[in-house]
Amino acid sequence: MCLAVPGKVVDIEERDGTRMATVDFGGVVKEVCLEYVPDLAVGEYAIVHVGFALQRLDEESARQTLALFEELGLLQEEFGDPWEAAAAEAGTVPGPAVKDEAQEAQR
Amino acid sequence: MKYIDEFQDPELARRLLDDIHATATRPWALMEVCGGQTHTIIRHGIDQLLPDTVELIHGPGCPVCVTPLEVIDKALEIAARPDVIFCSFGDMLRVPGTDRDLFRVRSEGGDVRVVYSPLDALKIARQNPDREVVFFGIGFETTAPPNAMTVYQARKHRIPNFSLLVSHVRVPPAIEAIMTSPSCRVQAFLAAGHVCSVMGMDEYPALAERFRVPIVVTGFEPLDLLEGIRRTVRQLERGEHTVDNAYPRAVRAGGNPAARAMLDDVFEVTDRAWRGIGTIPDSGWRLSARYRDFDAEHRFSVENIATREPAACRSGEVLQGQIKPHQCEAFGTTCTPRTPLGATMVSSEGACAAYYLYRRLGVTPTKLEASPVA
Repeated sequence: MCLAVPGKVVDIEERDGTRMATVDFGGVVKEVCLEYVPDLAVGEYAIVHVGFALQRLDEESARQTLALFEELGLLQEEFGDPWEAAAAEAGTVPGPAVKDEAQEAQR
Repeated sequence: MKYIDEFQDPELARRLLDDIHATATRPWALMEVCGGQTHTIIRHGIDQLLPDTVELIHGPGCPVCVTPLEVIDKALEIAARPDVIFCSFGDMLRVPGTDRDLFRVRSEGGDVRVVYSPLDALKIARQNPDREVVFFGIGFETTAPPNAMTVYQARKHRIPNFSLLVSHVRVPPAIEAIMTSPSCRVQAFLAAGHVCSVMGMDEYPALAERFRVPIVVTGFEPLDLLEGIRRTVRQLERGEHTVDNAYPRAVRAGGNPAARAMLDDVFEVTDRAWRGIGTIPDSGWRLSARYRDFDAEHRFSVENIATREPAACRSGEVLQGQIKPHQCEAFGTTCTPRTPLGATMVSSEGACAAYYLYRRLGVTPTKLEASPVA
């Protein structure tokens, strides 16, 4: 939950008086609120936490972080299906979030 | 150093580690505050790459873990009501309440929904004007601004069927509580980078001065952690205790002024109970008077729920850095991610879950038979 992920702003629009953006997180696209970094422009990167941009980030460090998160499977953890993950943890059904060494090794 | 190949830049990691090894001449105990940092440290074996003299103590900065049992029980009671759509972040689903969790409530017919952003919960409220929509607002200073903005929007757009179950916590009072505890061994702090992205660093010089501890703002990637540790050990060896920013790409001195202004408007500081630790004065936020109508505790009259933690769970000691997860007898035996006794075994940021995931083969070889793979 506390993960903050860098993303690239691909589109900006005002919605109900709120500044919102479409943000690309290494292929996963989400709606993000820009009210806390209102001067963020299309093409720029920001650190995003639970759908809110919190700080502007330079492109190089954003790209590096995204590549690392992808490699570590953290993007799946942040944007994957939480019910599936919880069900797997609870032992209800087998699923990708069953965390054991074999799974880790496959990543 | 079997993990070093996994670092983004192994050569830089090696240089940082060499510097730490060359600098450290005496035993030092550093606390990383944030659970995200704990996760990275254990996953990459950073603690095992450090000199034996440099110990990392895992702090209480897992928001899921410190949300008190009574708040979980309040959430479960509200979520089970037929008139409620209960929205939460995914990591709260399996946090054990007294006798069940949100996952169970949903399987019993409760309308529990996982959202990515609190604004998604507000959207659900707009789409379901005949239902009460409650968002579970937990987290540290990083997560509080998004939740504050959502309540601000609910009030501005007059969405009466939305409310927030609030259990926000703040890092600086927790540092104070740790440093004034009689059993405290902590000599320096790695401060949580994204908390400081919002709050800046203003709150830390007074703590560094009062307790004579270095406080180094640190990021979340392996190299960030090595750099934070390197700067901290340098200060300790020199007898310094200043606030330093080792994560400047995401942290400005004043933090995010717009987010801080919103926090000041929507929330007010209050005493807050931390799961397994107890009440820490001024360590949390609640809705301020003008937003009190949006407080789910009042709306659903659940203020009086009281609870008791399971005796076998030692997560409070883990969260205060007094024991490591594998020193708890329940670890990996009666307590696993599938059957967690405490929240530290649930969240990906919890120290117990991190040890279970990455360390149990190493730290509890004798308990393997009793601990089938989850």
